Amino acid sequence: MKRTAALRAVALGAAVALIATACSSGGGAEEGTDGEGENVTLTWWHNSNNSPGKDYYEDLADEFEGDNPGVTIEVTALQHEDMLTKLDAAFQTGDHPDIYMERGGGELKAHVEAGLTKDLTDELPDTISALGTAVSGWQVEDRTYALPFSLGVVGFWYNKAMFAQAGITTPPTTTAELDAAVEALRSAGIEPVSVGAGSGWPAAHYWYYYSLRQCSQEALNEGTQSFDFSDPCWLRAGESLQSFIATEPFNTGFLGTEAQGTPESASGLLANRKVAMELAGQWEPGVMQGLTDDGQGLGDDTGWFPFPAVDGGEGEPTAQLGGGDAWACAEDAPAACVDFIEFLLSNDAQKRFAELDMGLPTLPSAAAFVAAPELAQVLAVRNEAPYVQLYLDTAFGENIGGAMNEAIVSMFNGNNTPQGIVDAIQAAAANE
Amino acid sequence: MAGDLTPRGGHATRTAAATAVNPGATGHATAWSVASGPRGRAASSNEWRKRLEIAFFVAPALLLFALFVVVPVVQAARYSVFKWNGLGPLDDFVGLQNYTNALADTIFQRAITNNLTIAALSIAIQLPIGLLIALLLNRKFRGQTAMRVIVFVPYVLAEVVAGVVWKLMLQPEGAVNAFLETIGLGAFTQLWVGDSGVALWTVMAVLTWKYVGLAIVLLLAGLQGVPEDLHEAAQIDGASWWQAQRKITIPLLGPTIRTWMFLSMIGSLQLFDMVWILTKGGPDNATVTMATYLIKQGTERSQYGYSSAVAIILFVISFVLATLFQTFVLNRDAGEDKTAKRRKKVAR
Repeated sequence: MKRTAALRAVALGAAVALIATACSSGGGAEEGTDGEGENVTLTWWHNSNNSPGKDYYEDLADEFEGDNPGVTIEVTALQHEDMLTKLDAAFQTGDHPDIYMERGGGELKAHVEAGLTKDLTDELPDTISALGTAVSGWQVEDRTYALPFSLGVVGFWYNKAMFAQAGITTPPTTTAELDAAVEALRSAGIEPVSVGAGSGWPAAHYWYYYSLRQCSQEALNEGTQSFDFSDPCWLRAGESLQSFIATEPFNTGFLGTEAQGTPESASGLLANRKVAMELAGQWEPGVMQGLTDDGQGLGDDTGWFPFPAVDGGEGEPTAQLGGGDAWACAEDAPAACVDFIEFLLSNDAQKRFAELDMGLPTLPSAAAFVAAPELAQVLAVRNEAPYVQLYLDTAFGENIGGAMNEAIVSMFNGNNTPQGIVDAIQAAAANE
Repeated sequence: MAGDLTPRGGHATRTAAATAVNPGATGHATAWSVASGPRGRAASSNEWRKRLEIAFFVAPALLLFALFVVVPVVQAARYSVFKWNGLGPLDDFVGLQNYTNALADTIFQRAITNNLTIAALSIAIQLPIGLLIALLLNRKFRGQTAMRVIVFVPYVLAEVVAGVVWKLMLQPEGAVNAFLETIGLGAFTQLWVGDSGVALWTVMAVLTWKYVGLAIVLLLAGLQGVPEDLHEAAQIDGASWWQAQRKITIPLLGPTIRTWMFLSMIGSLQLFDMVWILTKGGPDNATVTMATYLIKQGTERSQYGYSSAVAIILFVISFVLATLFQTFVLNRDAGEDKTAKRRKKVAR
């Protein structure tokens, strides 16, 4: 009996050893192939998980593989929020894709400081110069780490039919006209504006815009670069917002309203003709289409106007708030990654991106190909802007940005002051 | 009854059973017979065998426990003394800074207050409701089983599913407000989850709906242990139904009630899912709990060191309250049990 047990143990040990050897030899073989440098596999995560975007990106990957024998691109199409969560986790575990989407600002800075993102400055100087000022949001200390393929701005999306019903013939261009429009809509029995304060950032965009209008570009830079908010324009921004909130422009229950995703969300209310307008980015028509039964969103009733000018403000009335998405290579990605990013930002790829109305292309050569009229309008406003300020929460990074957004939502709830917002940003910055 | 409810009693029974049904190589000598058998070489080798068996059966559970409980707790404690955004190496040691920052943060203070309020209210609201319904359901009537199932359904429903359904119903133009309008109570319509003065009460109401079923089921189980003849005796003595419940049933339910209170308290302190789905801790942090706060600080604000400190504080608060409850409330039941046994022995 004992002998049998001993024999069994030996047999088991031998089996384990065999399996272990088999595994290790397998691994060795793989390493060998990689080491020869003939075949390279690039992993790529993007957030266009339905047509036509998904097909567009698959075609691009196929074309690049065709032009570069030996390169294989493993494409993973994820839903936007899922991609962000997965990216965060991937960076923490070190098992991240070679090509991924960067949103710039503080987020990029954190990635650069952790040595996760490749410096593209000397690799792709021609593409960087072709993109012009669009790359500024993806630079850290004058080095460029990602190339934006889409850059949009925030403005008011509105329902043309409702505006007409309330007797508003031209969209507001000043805050006084905006107040008058709110009043006219209320009188016509229409809820004027929806805002997803439950998600934080949609409410915060108002404060960003009032800051952009109240503060000169220098004061804006002082605040966003060095957290110096001593210029009184920052308090005036909060006061402007306070007086706008006091006109009660927002949808019922706006504090608990989410940004997008359901018919009860801020975008859903606009799409389903429950409110007349919403402050949102270039993504809004696409989001609204997903929230109506016919898949049309507001259809022909879709209108857009830029954030109005503020009386006495020191900021440029035509400066815009916005942000975008850029392609970046992981620091340890194979060299082919840089070539692929160059390909993604080529004239041809950007032209096709524009033709599909997937966003607002960044290469000036592609601008003419945006088909949807309201997107073309947004693009024109963006291109004429003296500067496009990156969303302040993205610029500040997740922690300070999050504290700021919470303080702003608190003002929407009547529990915070203009000074309180500035204090919250500085307190969070002091803890960085 | 009380003995069965305490984990210690349950474990002892299970271990003994597991050992007993495990025949050794030397025949059917079980732990029991070894213990009562003659001492010697065989006995000591059996003793070793028993220990090996225990180790063998406990090892997988112990390994999983270490991997998924001990290691994360130790890791969290380690992260909590660093400033760390989740990326790169842990090299910015800040000592107890994260802890002092958390305790000084007004939103975190609010989270602690909310958790304690929810714990207290859960007990204050669910206990009377649960007790009343359990007492009523314990009487024999037609449709008794159906009623029990209906009462228990919310507890069985997945928290996420229930949360999403409630969230839709609580929208400004949702089913709850529409229902109030229909029955002529339009004046009571509310921004249930959109008003920072109302949201916590709304969450409380949904939690009550969700968890009162557990209280009822536990109490019904406890009621099975209350001897029928006591009631008969009381009835003969002329006691009303309510008097019998108050003087006999409820005092005998004590151990069950205290066990439920313990579960309810710990659940309230760690409350996350329902709040996250209904309000995400909003509006304007009105319904923030320690768990939603820690998730936001970690995943949305990438303050992993800071949120680890919050996690440790949550762990300590739960641990201290659980220990206090165990020491001063639950142990009393174990004590009562022992006293009862001793009395029995004396009587013999």
